[in-house]
Amino acid sequence: MGEHILVALDKVNLSFKKAEFAGLVGPSGSGKTTLLNIIGSLDAPSEGSAEVMGIRIEDLSHKQAARLRNKHIGFIFQTFNLLPVYTIFENVEFPLLLLGFSSDERKKMVMDALDWVGLADRAKSKPAQLSGGQSQRVSIARAVVKKPAIILADEPTANLDAENSHHILKTMVRLKEELETTFLFATHDAKVIQYLRRKITLIDGKVAKDEVYDKPTGQGEEQ
Amino acid sequence: MIIPRLALRNLLGAGLKTWLNVVVLSFSFVIIIWLQGLYKGMGDQARVAQTNAEFGGGQYWQENYDPFDPLTLQDAHSVIPVSLQTLIDNGQATPILISQATIYPEGRLLIIQMKGIDPAQNIVNLPSQFLDQEDEDLPALIGTRMAKNTGLEIGDTVTVRWRDAQGTFDARDAKIVQIMKTSVPTVDQAQIWVPLEKMQSLTRMENEATLAILAQGAEEFPQASGWIHKDMEFLLKDIDMMVKSKQVGGSIVYTILLCLALLAIFNTQVLSIFRRRKEMGTLMSMGMTRGKIIQLFTLEGALHSVLAAVVAAIYGIPLLLYSAKKGWAMPEAVDDFGMALGEALFPVYGTGLIIGTTILILLATTIVSFLPTRKIAKLKPTDALRGKMT
Repeated sequence: MGEHILVALDKVNLSFKKAEFAGLVGPSGSGKTTLLNIIGSLDAPSEGSAEVMGIRIEDLSHKQAARLRNKHIGFIFQTFNLLPVYTIFENVEFPLLLLGFSSDERKKMVMDALDWVGLADRAKSKPAQLSGGQSQRVSIARAVVKKPAIILADEPTANLDAENSHHILKTMVRLKEELETTFLFATHDAKVIQYLRRKITLIDGKVAKDEVYDKPTGQGEEQ
Repeated sequence: MIIPRLALRNLLGAGLKTWLNVVVLSFSFVIIIWLQGLYKGMGDQARVAQTNAEFGGGQYWQENYDPFDPLTLQDAHSVIPVSLQTLIDNGQATPILISQATIYPEGRLLIIQMKGIDPAQNIVNLPSQFLDQEDEDLPALIGTRMAKNTGLEIGDTVTVRWRDAQGTFDARDAKIVQIMKTSVPTVDQAQIWVPLEKMQSLTRMENEATLAILAQGAEEFPQASGWIHKDMEFLLKDIDMMVKSKQVGGSIVYTILLCLALLAIFNTQVLSIFRRRKEMGTLMSMGMTRGKIIQLFTLEGALHSVLAAVVAAIYGIPLLLYSAKKGWAMPEAVDDFGMALGEALFPVYGTGLIIGTTILILLATTIVSFLPTRKIAKLKPTDALRGKMT
C-alpha cells in the first residue's frame, strides 16, 4: 500500500479585513476547519503561506503561536469546550489570567463580557448548570473578554436550537460592531449563513465562491 | 502563580477520585512515619537500656576477652592495671569478672556465665546491692528470664560449679537473693551475678577482672597494659546493625503501600490525560503552551502528596502522639529480637524523619505524575481539540 496524501486546502488565496463578519461554508471535508485552524495558528500550512496580524503562521514556533492566540485570537467551538470544574466567571477569566491582568482588571473585564452575553447573574454557576445556548454564550464571552482582533467560530450553532442560534448570532453581530472584531465562521448551518456579510464557499479544499453582501442575506438583519 | 492555582482547582474539582488517592497516600505518610519512628524508638530504647545496664560509658576488655567465644573466658582475666584501678577507686569504673560455670537447677544441667560485680557499684543499672549479704555463703542475683528458664525463685539454692584459675573444679550452693527485672537480655539470660570479691576468692583470681565498665560520660581513657578500650560506637554497633536489619523488613511493608498509592496516582494521571485531551486543546487555543500544560498536569498529580500530608496530619498527629505516649506493648516473645526492648516500645518521631518522609513522598508523587504527561509534549492542538492523542 502506498502512502495516501490528503490535500485539505489547495490554492486558497484569501484575505480578511478588520471587523469582517465572514463565513467559510461548504460540505464536510471541504477544508473549512483546516483553514480556520491555520488562521488560528493551531496548525500551519505544509505549503504556501498564511499571515495573521502581519505574522507568518508557518514561521512561528509552538510558543510564538501560543502567544499569538493568547493575545489576538478568540475561539468559539461547536461543543463549547468550557472547563467543567471552573465557574462561569473563572471560565471567562481564564484567557485574562494567561495574559497577566490584575485581579481588579480581570473582575471588571469578565463582568463586562458576561454582561454583553446577558449572563452576569450566572457568574457563580458551573457549566453543567447551564443550557446549551447559555454555555455557548459563555464560550462567546470567553472569546471576546480579551477583546481580540479575530474570533474564529467553528460550527458555533451546531448544537443549538433555532431560537438560541439566532440569539447567539445577534450577540456576535453586536460585538462585532462594538469591538470591531473580525468574526470568521466555519459552518454549513443556514441560520449562520443568513447573518454573514461575506460567504466563502469551499469545495474539496478550493475556494469555489467568495461573495460579499452589503447587508445580511436573511432574517439575521441587524436590528 | 497561575499554574498552582489552576492545579489545585482542577484537583479539588475532580472530587471523590482525588480524595481516594489522597487518603491512600496519607496512609503511606502515617505508616512510614510510624514505622520509622518505631524503629528509631526501638534503637534509642535499646541503646539507652543497654548503656544503662551493661555498657556504661564504654568498657575496657582484658585482651583475651571475646564475648562471642565462651572458650576465651578461661584466659580472659588478669589483674586490674593501676590506671583502671585508679578509675575504680574514684568511682569512675567498676570491674566485672566473668567465668564459665554450670548450674544444676531441679536436677538439670545448664551452662551459664558467672559474673562477679561489686555490690556497691553504681556505674550500671543493676540491683547489685542485693549481693551485699554477709551471712550468705554465695548470694546470687539472676534476671527474670533466667528465673523462668531454671524455675528458680528468691530464697532457692542452686549448685554452681566452675573451674578456678588453676583449672580445678570447685562448687558451691548459691542462694538466689533477688530476681531482677531487666529489658536487657544480655545481663540476664544464662548468667548469675555474684559478689566480685567472693568470686575472685572462689576462683583464685584475686584482684582480677575480665572487663571494667566506665561511668557514663567518661572522658578519661587511660592506657592499660593488656586491656583494650572499647568505645560506645563499638559497643553499640551490633544494636545499630540489628535495628537496620529490622528496618529493611519494615520498609518492605511501607514500600508496598507507597507503591500502591503511587500506582493509583499514576493511573489517575494516565486516565486524566487520556480523558482531558479536549480540555488541553481548549487551553492551547487560549494560548497556553504545551510546557505550561505539562506543568499543570504534573502539579495536579504532585499536589496529591500535599493534600495527603494535610489529611495525614489531621488524623496522623493525634494517632502518632498517642502511640508515642502510650507505647506499643511488646509480647514476651520480643526477647527473640535479640535486643533490649522492654515491655512497651515508644516510637520517636524526629523532625528529620517527618521532613524526609514528606520529601520522599513529594518527589515520588511528582515523578509518577510527570511520567504520563510526557505525551503532552507531542500533542498537536488540532488533535487535542478533536480528542485525539498525537
